[in-house]
Amino acid sequence: MPFTPPKESYNGKIFELALGSGEKALAIGGENVLSFHGFEGSTPRKPVIAMEVQDIAPADWPQTVQDVYKDVSGDPVAWALHCQDKLGAEAIALRLTGTHPDKGDISAEQAAATVKKVLEAIKVPLIILGSNHAEKDTAVLVKAAEAAKGSNCVIGKAQEANYKTIAAAAMANDLKLIAMSELDINLSKQLNILITQMGFDREKLITDPMCSALSYGLEYTYSVMERIKLAALAQNDPVLQPPMLADAGMYVWKVKETQAPEAGLPEWGSLAERGIAWEAVTASSFLVSGADMLIMRHPAAVEAVKKFIAEMEV
Amino acid sequence: MLIIGEKLSIIAKRVREAMFKKDKGPIQEIAKAQWNAGARMIDANIGPAEDGGEELMQWMVRTIQEAVPSPICLDTTNAKAIEAGLQVHDNQWGRALINSTSNDPERFPILELAAKYNCQVIGLTVGKGGLPADAEERCGIAAEIMARAMEYGVPLEDLYLDPLVLQIATSQDHAMHVIKAIKMFQELNDPAMKTVVGLSNISNGCPKNVRPLMNRQYFALLMYHGLTSAIADAAELSEIAKTMDVIMGKTLYAHSYLEM
Repeated sequence: MPFTPPKESYNGKIFELALGSGEKALAIGGENVLSFHGFEGSTPRKPVIAMEVQDIAPADWPQTVQDVYKDVSGDPVAWALHCQDKLGAEAIALRLTGTHPDKGDISAEQAAATVKKVLEAIKVPLIILGSNHAEKDTAVLVKAAEAAKGSNCVIGKAQEANYKTIAAAAMANDLKLIAMSELDINLSKQLNILITQMGFDREKLITDPMCSALSYGLEYTYSVMERIKLAALAQNDPVLQPPMLADAGMYVWKVKETQAPEAGLPEWGSLAERGIAWEAVTASSFLVSGADMLIMRHPAAVEAVKKFIAEMEV
Repeated sequence: MLIIGEKLSIIAKRVREAMFKKDKGPIQEIAKAQWNAGARMIDANIGPAEDGGEELMQWMVRTIQEAVPSPICLDTTNAKAIEAGLQVHDNQWGRALINSTSNDPERFPILELAAKYNCQVIGLTVGKGGLPADAEERCGIAAEIMARAMEYGVPLEDLYLDPLVLQIATSQDHAMHVIKAIKMFQELNDPAMKTVVGLSNISNGCPKNVRPLMNRQYFALLMYHGLTSAIADAAELSEIAKTMDVIMGKTLYAHSYLEM
């Protein structure tokens, strides 16, 4: 008797979310099975990797990843175009780091002007990110949202402390919204409820359950994501059916393993390779746990994860 | 948990008057209130309806489905009225449910209707001989109804077993017999048999202030033991149903879970 592999099927389905416009527009989500389980159901969209660009030179990034962008990183437009045209980025994540009160305190208006310039220059979808300073983000993301009106891009992150203003701005300018909670599945659901209670369409949300790097709590994020996906699919919980984001790069390039020089720890091997591997392994783990979109930094890590996606998608 | 909104019954004075006068207003208002409170099927109880039952049931089905996107539970002992109701039932929101057949040969034609119109049917576990004494007797009757359903071509997935909730005030020991029957019914088939109760009968005859408490408490116990659906007042139960779903791990907890 031939062996028939058992198949799981689910009642729920992840919302399909369209991003950007024009020929480079894309969509994420739409699956009714766990990641890479296309043999059990439908996975109409493959995961998307957005490459991270910042409004200011990334002085706090480790040298190995700073160097890759040294010719363009002073100019967000040039940097974004480099990622799009030279590195084949499918999407750009513009992080407005310089607006943070401790990192230059760039004004909301100036940040909005940067957003506008980048949007005008690139063809791929844009993800606009604040500096993760809850209070400053309120002002910055409202202006940024106005600058991005009609572009069908993504803005975030709305958090418990500031979601009302940011969700209202996303709604007014018809943008997709990232809702981020801090590594807690129940709070993640709660934030999505609160945002939808404002009248925000849950089919325009992206859930960010908060990220972490390999060996720095990755298993927590992994488990939260997996449980969100299972609640969305098996329990058919519409609040948890928005696609998920893993903002992986920024966590990876902070940890010791991506920075410690070879001289001090020869047994850890090449620093350059180590950092790339660390980002690739972290990011690909989150694809397995359920992320539909990644934000990453190092082009070689992006390549590795793209290869991983291609091999896993059958 | 499927809550079948029970408020449209000929026993209620306001509903009865609306039925006689063919006044859509109160019927649709009650149907909408039940729907908004979480009922996903509406019970249309027209009683024995010996005169004009066919026309009345058709009017009820149309009137309710004009107001809410819901399938109807056709509740009458008049088989002709049920058939008339099935003829006009709009299936786009789900199939109708007939309330009910039993192990009384007089009620077998109901199974023919269920098969003919491909709808769902409640099997009340009583026979010709009167009320069942305990859970085991309810199960025995259930098995006979299931055999009969298969004989008539009604799939077991379309049969809801009803253990017959009795009044706590007069038949206290049946409260636990019914809970046990709900557990046992599920074992009668794989996949588990669906179950339904006429919930508020538990508190029938109790003082007014006791009734909601009794209904809600009993409902929580029945849910814990696997009850599939209840003919009940959705407004009274929706918070309990949501809370039980959270406690039993069927939905993920969030602070605002009651608002979902």
